[in-house]
Amino acid sequence: MSEKRNKLVIICSKGSLDMAYPPLMLATTGAAMGMEVHLYFTFWGVNMITKKTVDSLKISPVGNPALPMPNILGMLPGMTSMLTSMMQKKMDKIKMPSIPEMIKTAKESGVKFHACSPTLDMMGLKREDLIPEVDDIIGAATYLDLASEDAITLFI
Amino acid sequence: MATPESGVKPTTVVDSRGTMCPGPITDLFRAYRNANIGDIIELWATDPAAKSDSEAWAKRSGNEIVAVIDEKDHIRIQVRILKKGRQ
Repeated sequence: MSEKRNKLVIICSKGSLDMAYPPLMLATTGAAMGMEVHLYFTFWGVNMITKKTVDSLKISPVGNPALPMPNILGMLPGMTSMLTSMMQKKMDKIKMPSIPEMIKTAKESGVKFHACSPTLDMMGLKREDLIPEVDDIIGAATYLDLASEDAITLFI
Repeated sequence: MATPESGVKPTTVVDSRGTMCPGPITDLFRAYRNANIGDIIELWATDPAAKSDSEAWAKRSGNEIVAVIDEKDHIRIQVRILKKGRQ
């Protein structure tokens, strides 16, 4: 077991609903497996930890070739909310917890939440705009330090 | 001794039926945090990933899968708590 890496550090860079689940699922599972887990939220990933947007993340139909419609239709008004509610229904059906619930579980399991300082500046956000689960605001050097030893790192 | 058919008598039963990954492991971990060394946690799951995920979890956390019992519509996974690490 000693040769296995014991830390999981994930950069969360996307602000859409479908891209919010994978890092939270891995983080919660990693913490359950005894790993030290850090989530670093940067660029649109900050939407996942902003009070205003955390429970209203959406799926974009544009630029997503996996969706069963041509991109040009995805540009029509109302498509984003239609797709989002379709995915929401599917997830409710399999009892998938919501993003705020996933965040709560991750936090309870010991996952650390870090917000990227230049992103906050760029988006005009302050500490009080972020959800209380956020541990701190850090920069690239701290991320690199976290990731440079004994860690699995992912960019999502 | 555990048999594949019956397993042993659990200390705690955790019902995760109907939840998908990471539900069963999260529920197992919650029970693990409240468990004592020597306890048997029995996890009920319908997620097809639950068996391999529980095995990976046990391997990683230093605990032991005692039995995996197939029921008609779910599986019962029995874990003996041997080690309590970081929580």
